Amino acid sequence: MPEGSFHVHISSSRRPLELKLGEVWQYRDLIWLFTRRSFAVTYHQTILGPAWLLISPLLSSLIYLMLFGQIARLGTDGAPQLLFYLSGTAIWGFFSACLIGNAGTFVSNAGLFGKVYFPRLTVPISNVFSAGIRFGVQLLLVFGFLLYYLARGAVSPHWWAWLLIPLILLQLGLLGMGCGVLISALTTKYRDLSVLVSIGMQLWMFATPVVYPLSELPKGALRTAILWNPVTAPVELFRYAVLGVGKVLPGYLAASAVITVIIAVLGVMLFNRVERTFMDTV
Amino acid sequence: MDLKDRPVALQLSGVKKQYRLGQIGAGTLQADLQSWWARRRGREDPNSKIGTNTNLHGKTFLALDGIDLTVFRGEALGIIGPNGAGKSTILKLISRVTAPTEGDIDLYGRVSSMLEVGTGLDRNLTGRENIYLNGAILGMTRREIDRKLDKIIAFSELEPFIDTPVKRYSSGMYVKLAFAVAAHLDNEIMIMDEVLAVGDAAFQNKCLTRMREAARQEGRTVLYVSHNMNTIRALCDRCVVMERGRIRFDGAVEPAIADYLSMSAGYDAVDLDLSKMVHAGLETGRVLRMEHLLLESKVEPVYTAEETMKLRFHLQLEKTMEQVLLRFTVRTLSDQAVGTAWSQPMPFPVSGEAEADFSLPLSALAPGKYYASLGFYRREPGGSLDRLDHISRAFRFEITTNADALMEGENAVGAVVLPEMRGIIL
Repeated sequence: MPEGSFHVHISSSRRPLELKLGEVWQYRDLIWLFTRRSFAVTYHQTILGPAWLLISPLLSSLIYLMLFGQIARLGTDGAPQLLFYLSGTAIWGFFSACLIGNAGTFVSNAGLFGKVYFPRLTVPISNVFSAGIRFGVQLLLVFGFLLYYLARGAVSPHWWAWLLIPLILLQLGLLGMGCGVLISALTTKYRDLSVLVSIGMQLWMFATPVVYPLSELPKGALRTAILWNPVTAPVELFRYAVLGVGKVLPGYLAASAVITVIIAVLGVMLFNRVERTFMDTV
Repeated sequence: MDLKDRPVALQLSGVKKQYRLGQIGAGTLQADLQSWWARRRGREDPNSKIGTNTNLHGKTFLALDGIDLTVFRGEALGIIGPNGAGKSTILKLISRVTAPTEGDIDLYGRVSSMLEVGTGLDRNLTGRENIYLNGAILGMTRREIDRKLDKIIAFSELEPFIDTPVKRYSSGMYVKLAFAVAAHLDNEIMIMDEVLAVGDAAFQNKCLTRMREAARQEGRTVLYVSHNMNTIRALCDRCVVMERGRIRFDGAVEPAIADYLSMSAGYDAVDLDLSKMVHAGLETGRVLRMEHLLLESKVEPVYTAEETMKLRFHLQLEKTMEQVLLRFTVRTLSDQAVGTAWSQPMPFPVSGEAEADFSLPLSALAPGKYYASLGFYRREPGGSLDRLDHISRAFRFEITTNADALMEGENAVGAVVLPEMRGIIL
């Protein structure tokens, strides 16, 4: 055993807020195992198994198609409706999984966290990875329909912009995780927040051009608010790449990136502070 | 071997841990913001009583009250003490599950903790998958586990079931799997809390051997919390006795155990002030509290097996209750449980002070000296039992030999008198 190679100092005094990413890196195998487990457990004892990954976005896209496409007759910037809603569901689903999946980190893992120490951040990070893998599967579905519509000449994607999709994922993943861990840190004390999350996410979805294109919005305060929503610009960029519709909004993308970094850093710092003693309050 | 020559494995200096009692919740957001704002501006917290550390929103409780402890590498340290003394809190701080309120902790080595058996096992995964998951949670890398997988499976004695989901395991198998993983960690400091209470005797021995090996041959440091004096004897070479958040004894194992067993106040007394004794747990003793106990018609707590022990309790009740039971557990001086007697459920129709009489026939106990632990329980409408108050080793009593009994020690005849045998000569 190496002599004195490892030393941890635990002090009661609060150190300046820290991110503790080095420790997370040491536990990277655990992140991967958590990610795998989430798949093993989710589709355990289901008949259709991983097919649900495709069925549920397809079903919700069909519902949106009926509600917003047929009944409310919202436009889609000329893109095929099914493809429009499928791509919107995929990218929003990724973001909301990153947020909702992490909003209960402390409360739902209290049993485990209360008995053994490992960097708690591994749990949110693995949630982002599983959301990313689910998104990847859904993107294949989108791609399948895209090929069909391409053959019919109904869409013209901007292929070069596909290279930006990993960046969009990185940003939305960080933003979702940042919000999620921020909420999870606060819910250890104020449980009310967990009730707000699901309703809040619904509202947030309608404040994002997911089931409607940005171009449908009339000029005014509402449109400005939606533009400043940090999810809007990445979602539009994603549509721009995949469907060739929508806008690239460089200014709002930059603003969204800044907001993302602030929220992620803040969230992780608060998360790390809460992880020290949350067991005493949960 | 001189301990002082060995390198330090871990050190606690002036460690205090404070818990807030009672409900933390509604209405605290505003108060928290107020306190936070006051702290920000260097003012006094408007929500704390002047000159105290008592918060208006709940009493605080010092689980650890200034602990200084240095453990050297390769030592196997036992931690004993009554419930609520702070044993588990020490382990929680060392395993970094929670942080100290005051003081510093230095760990020279990675810590592997087994605060409870089965931590991090997922019921839906197979034994093999769980070895990986559990190992990673406890700090192993995948490559390390790959290397040790065969050894871990062999140690767990679960080869035929290793690809079966853990939810189909019996609780014994579950424990074996969990311990097998923990036993193969390379971490320099191992901490255990009553792990050995489960599993069959052969497996327990195996675990003890493994931990002793880890300490003696591999130079690991073991911290072990237990109520079982025999496993402390078997494993540890140093022992700490804790009482009310402080260390009251630190030294060799036998004197420590003697010190611990002598802690129960009121030995050989028949008039016992229970209110001064250590009541187990944080929440116990709130609704119903044992204040005083009289062993009736006795001048010393010595009985013959034909006698009936008469207990008169003086209790403090917060409210009226139905279905209250007394639990009376007999333990030998070496801390083996002998047996437990329950009273029938009875109602307490008045709150405030109450007197209650119980009687226990002693015919089942062999001659010898015993400790009695007392507990009051309430049967909930669902049928489960809720512990109201408990005192471990509240008093000591003796069963004397009657004339025709063999004069042999407890080890020769045991602690329980079995029913008379029948013999027929053919």
